[in-house]
Amino acid sequence: MATLAMTTLDPQSRAARRGWSDLTIRNAFIIPTIVFLIVFNIFPLLYSLGYSFTDFRASTNAPANFVGLANYRALLNDPFIWSNFAITAKYVIVSVTGQVVVGFGVAMLLNRTIPFKGLITTLLLLPMMLSMAVVGLFWKLLYDPSFGIINYALGLGRFEWLSDPDMALYAVAITDIWMWSPFVMLLSLAGLSAVPKHLYEAAAIDRAGTFYTFFRITLPLVAPILMIAIIFRTMEAFKTFDLAFILTSQPNAELISIRLYKMAFQEWQTGMSSALAYIMLIMVVGITNIYVKYLNKVKER
Amino acid sequence: MRIKVAGLVAGLAASLAYSTSAFAQELTIFWAEWDPANYLQELVNEYEAETGVRVTVETTPWQDFQTKTFTELNARGSAYDMVVGDSQWLGAASEAGHYVDLTEFFTKHNLGEVMAPATVKYYAEYPSNSGKYWSIPAEGDAVGWSYRKDWFEDPKEMEAFKAKYGYDLAPPKTWAEMRDIAEFFHRPDENRYGIAIYTDNSYDGLVMGVENAIFSYGGELGNYETYEVDGIINSEENVKALEMYRELYGFTPPGWAKTFFVENNQAITENLAAMSMNYFAFFPALVNEASNPNAKSTGFFANPAGPGGAQFAALGGQGISVISYSENQEEAMKFLEWFIKDETQKRWAELGGYTASAAVLESDEFQNATPYNKAFYETMFKVKDFWATPEYAELLIQMNQRIYPYVTAGEGSAKEALDALAADWKATFEKYDRYKQ
Repeated sequence: MATLAMTTLDPQSRAARRGWSDLTIRNAFIIPTIVFLIVFNIFPLLYSLGYSFTDFRASTNAPANFVGLANYRALLNDPFIWSNFAITAKYVIVSVTGQVVVGFGVAMLLNRTIPFKGLITTLLLLPMMLSMAVVGLFWKLLYDPSFGIINYALGLGRFEWLSDPDMALYAVAITDIWMWSPFVMLLSLAGLSAVPKHLYEAAAIDRAGTFYTFFRITLPLVAPILMIAIIFRTMEAFKTFDLAFILTSQPNAELISIRLYKMAFQEWQTGMSSALAYIMLIMVVGITNIYVKYLNKVKER
Repeated sequence: MRIKVAGLVAGLAASLAYSTSAFAQELTIFWAEWDPANYLQELVNEYEAETGVRVTVETTPWQDFQTKTFTELNARGSAYDMVVGDSQWLGAASEAGHYVDLTEFFTKHNLGEVMAPATVKYYAEYPSNSGKYWSIPAEGDAVGWSYRKDWFEDPKEMEAFKAKYGYDLAPPKTWAEMRDIAEFFHRPDENRYGIAIYTDNSYDGLVMGVENAIFSYGGELGNYETYEVDGIINSEENVKALEMYRELYGFTPPGWAKTFFVENNQAITENLAAMSMNYFAFFPALVNEASNPNAKSTGFFANPAGPGGAQFAALGGQGISVISYSENQEEAMKFLEWFIKDETQKRWAELGGYTASAAVLESDEFQNATPYNKAFYETMFKVKDFWATPEYAELLIQMNQRIYPYVTAGEGSAKEALDALAADWKATFEKYDRYKQ
């Protein structure tokens, strides 16, 4: 009934007076969106899929020759590419784990009655409102071994965060954690505020400990929304480009997206880079599917 | 009503006609964002005053310059009429048909004689020794060095240096001397370091830096005509040169693993390093007291000689090319005719641009104009460059991939890095059928 009311035209409205049907109005809204999606998303996606089977280079006037799976074979046999994937996997694990731990931890702290709670929450959200490029440049200064405040605050002398091949990736991950933990915090807060209070009251009557309450009540009930945060952040971390590109040149911090950028827009290997983009897409879709299956299991409990 | 509509149409037609004629009197030159581009804008303002043709120098940061240029060229875009493109782009841009063939223009104006030989060879001609030209040498440039004269001339330092190394402290004549001086001034406790070198691997910074050592050690990158690389890029001379570069990295300020021209000038302006590698084009900022508080005590020297006495420098600089897709090619050619005039080239040098005109370079007026012009003049006859083949970007990235971990982190050895690079380059040339030609 409600749906019917939503789609029935008000006889007094201007559209009704002009003789527009519900279908016309619906199409007027939907068709431009579909056209936009086809032109700017689906068509390039299919076009680049075609390119991934060719030796096409956008920088030359040479025609694209069909090479079958040669690009995919070459990429999957390239040790540098596997190294980039391994670096990316390490980055995703460190970055997303850090964001979940920090974000959820802060949400737990904020999920109580404290003065200026709204202001504190707003201030904590600021990092994710900044531009990635600005954050990268800002943290580059913070990490500077000569005048950066991080070494000064931690008493690390002239420790080289971004020049040290073993530390560069962690430095990028720390920056990402700082920037995106608020996102996890925000979703966690929404989840925590939805936990029925009577469950905690019942746990208190049963003299359940903090540890038990957390693992038996809080975490299971917040888990679905936390999983959504993890899915989003994993997808984003897998695609991270700007932060790592600005912060460091270390090969040990060369994420797969940076390799893709170099291949596509510096070497102009259009066919090869399209193939790499598809390999990345398949991986992201695969990882996301695993998460979604797990999320559904969590919801069923 | 009809009169109103007619008036409106007439007005629209008139404005369109006017805008079309105005468009024909405009040229856009694309270049990287740096001081020489500002000098060029000043120069072309004079062209506008003379001819009424408005010329705009559009710029983008160096990091995006190559990507943005080739994105426009690959799209066959007509946004730019001319580009002041890097020397290594010649092969890619000419073979793809992005640049207008300027061979006839070159011959007509005898530019092979008018411009300094090295600039013609590396900025204009492709393939090597083919007699085909694609650009006009515009901004000559090469790598040189700046140093802190006040540190070098301090009597206590001079005495201590002589006692330790057995010879006088002075601007280095060899790479070995440069290493000694870098070691001598490297004092982390005093926040003072020996040397600033290029290490940025996102484009050609590190490669250019290493080239300075390779060429002066008597090495080469490969045979540019036969594409032979094995035994050349990984030669004994190159291994020693790369080892020296790695050693110098040990005397750089902390966090010096992603540095290019900006940081290397800062090393001098912020009292960080005794010596600093940089392109001559960035030296005007070092003699300007507004941008360098140590301007009066900053000196300059040319890239030192290697152990065998060879003395070369990595070529920087660019040539100006006409874009094939420009709708104003005729106007662009007229501009180039004006640009190559002796008086224009002289004015270009006066404004701060590095002319490639042999006559201007050889003049006393030019050589005495700044503390580093003489070093620049000498260097421009001893320059070598990177590959200019269409696949140069792949070669550049492969070189960065192989040498960066060794230079900045000491991973593996110089020999291993260069052997691997030789294999990479050979595979790349095989991929593009270079050995069958």
